[in-house]
Amino acid sequence: MVQFIYDGTYQGLFTAIFEIYERKCKDASIVKENNLEALVFFDNIRIYTDAEKATRVMKGLRKKVSQECFTNIYRCYLSELKGIENTILQFVQYAFSSEQNIEDNFGNSAVLDVAQTARKVGREKHRFEAFVRFESIGETFFYAPIDPDYNVLPLIVPHFKRRYADQDWIIYDTKRKYGVHYDRQTEQVNEAVIDFTIDTTDLTPTGILFDPDEKLYQNLWKNYFKSVNIPIRKNMKLHLQHVPKRYWKYLVEKK
Amino acid sequence: MTTVKKTSDARIHEKLSILADAAKYDVSCSSSGSKRKNDNKGLGDATGMGICHSYTEDGRCVSLLKILLTNYCIFDCAYCVSRKSNDVKRAAFTIEEVVELTINFYRRNYIEGLFLSSGIFKNADFTMERLVTIAKKLRLEHKFNGYIHLKTIPGASEELMKEAGLYADRLSVNIEMPTETSLKLLAPDKNYAEILTPMHYLSESIVHYKAEKKLIKSTPLFAPAGQSTQMVIGATPETDKDIMFTANSLYQKYGMRRVYYSGYIPISGDERLPGIGTPPPLIREHRLYQTDWLMRFYGFNVNEIVNDANPNLDVDVDPKLSWALRNLHEFPIDINTADYAKIIRVPGIGVGSALKIVAARKFGKLDWWQLKKIGVAMNRVKHFVVCSSKDVLFGEATAGAIRHHILSLGKSKYTPTYSPQLTLF
Repeated sequence: MVQFIYDGTYQGLFTAIFEIYERKCKDASIVKENNLEALVFFDNIRIYTDAEKATRVMKGLRKKVSQECFTNIYRCYLSELKGIENTILQFVQYAFSSEQNIEDNFGNSAVLDVAQTARKVGREKHRFEAFVRFESIGETFFYAPIDPDYNVLPLIVPHFKRRYADQDWIIYDTKRKYGVHYDRQTEQVNEAVIDFTIDTTDLTPTGILFDPDEKLYQNLWKNYFKSVNIPIRKNMKLHLQHVPKRYWKYLVEKK
Repeated sequence: MTTVKKTSDARIHEKLSILADAAKYDVSCSSSGSKRKNDNKGLGDATGMGICHSYTEDGRCVSLLKILLTNYCIFDCAYCVSRKSNDVKRAAFTIEEVVELTINFYRRNYIEGLFLSSGIFKNADFTMERLVTIAKKLRLEHKFNGYIHLKTIPGASEELMKEAGLYADRLSVNIEMPTETSLKLLAPDKNYAEILTPMHYLSESIVHYKAEKKLIKSTPLFAPAGQSTQMVIGATPETDKDIMFTANSLYQKYGMRRVYYSGYIPISGDERLPGIGTPPPLIREHRLYQTDWLMRFYGFNVNEIVNDANPNLDVDVDPKLSWALRNLHEFPIDINTADYAKIIRVPGIGVGSALKIVAARKFGKLDWWQLKKIGVAMNRVKHFVVCSSKDVLFGEATAGAIRHHILSLGKSKYTPTYSPQLTLF
């Protein structure tokens, strides 16, 4: 078994797949460079990300599968699940080895795994489109911290861009320490560089001045949430199924 | 200085709690199916799928700011908390207050939009005009492209309904009761004709605008998310058959996007109605929704599920399983050869699994292990299908035996929550 170590980027992953083909390596696996514990037992090959090599594999793959499936592979990568690189590798190998498009062969475990993992990431994406809560930090400027299980920030940006075209906003991933800023003047999204320390216990950034109206609307929302409940129908099991506890920290109404 | 702040914080809080509380029995909360794009660099976009931004402790989705403009009402419908004879606190929002709450909640990603209804004050047109004004203000002055659902007040003029359709994504008129007899009994001020007339007008207009938009691109959107309606169930003696036949005809005749079923929650000592403390018929409500889904997404005809021989749905098992047990002669079906339409009728297989099965079997015959991996509910499915595996799980069992077997596998997920029986220890 030869283990290919990559830098954790999407292009790095595809460079690794390129190298595996290049070296005609039959028994390969791919691992992220910071998963060091796993490295001891195998021959290790360090991969240096190469955009050209990565693009060649991606282009080849795109010819073998639909756009939707191609997106699913990216979503799988964003899951950051342990071993997902090998599922993607198996999928790509299967796709390249077959004459016909194999993306619907759910009887194959790599194909089913890709579909199901992409679905999980899709669900997390949808949940963050729902559960992100912005706080006003100035005249039409809004801020929201997140720390999703899967790395869904790149997936939710287009949604918020369509939705909030007339306000500036920042969504910041406090777990992965990166964020995006939408500028309503230029209509562009840039990486948000925030120069403040984040108190990860309650996700509230220190040093940001919140709009004095902010508390009023938060309280009105809490009030609304309480008023629409119908106590005689109470069903906490269903409630928790829809809003698992790990999301409560974002939700004004559940804090 | 914003209007919301001109009113004292305490007063706006009080209004919100009264008028949200009074609106909560309207169950529609859908925010999907619109086509309104944010193409004016404004606020909001209603093109995607619906989003539930939160869930109340009763497990219902919170997608829209659902409020009444006012709970003052000249009508006296027995099932309604805002009926004029009920001694409750009354309040009314100003137009500006509704607009500002909507915008500010939307900007914080609390909601997908506004669902505005109202008690009827003065008369239908006077009330409807105010609802329309709010939608118009949001669209034109605030460039708001989020979702707006307006209640159509029965008896409002066509002119106002037309305007409502131009600014709202969805319109709804509630049928209120499954039969006209019940409506007359409980809502002396209302009748079916007055409810069906606006439904008819809306369905015609929606079709008309849609057809015209195909020819002339500049035709404005008219209620792009269609119309819906709601009926209260469990307040009156109708059978599930009565309810579903009414629902079915509403879907057929008026092109409803949705019919909602609202289990009656006793709110008055009126002797025409179940008394206070009677638990709401939650399982029944759930079975009705399941039947509704079978009609809309699973190709079932309403007669197959409820008919003269089976006027009420089985509470213990879902309506698809119930149908399958009555029709065992249609099974087993072969998962590797049967049409999609047959596969979708198997208990334990949903739309997602059925699509996967039909796609995957082109690559080779499927066995039990693969079916399980695809995500079907094996404990049900095994009684109704055969596949490439040699071991046949479909035995000679009778309907009663299968039913017993499935029920014995676990407690119904409703038992602990809704059981009317007392737990002693």
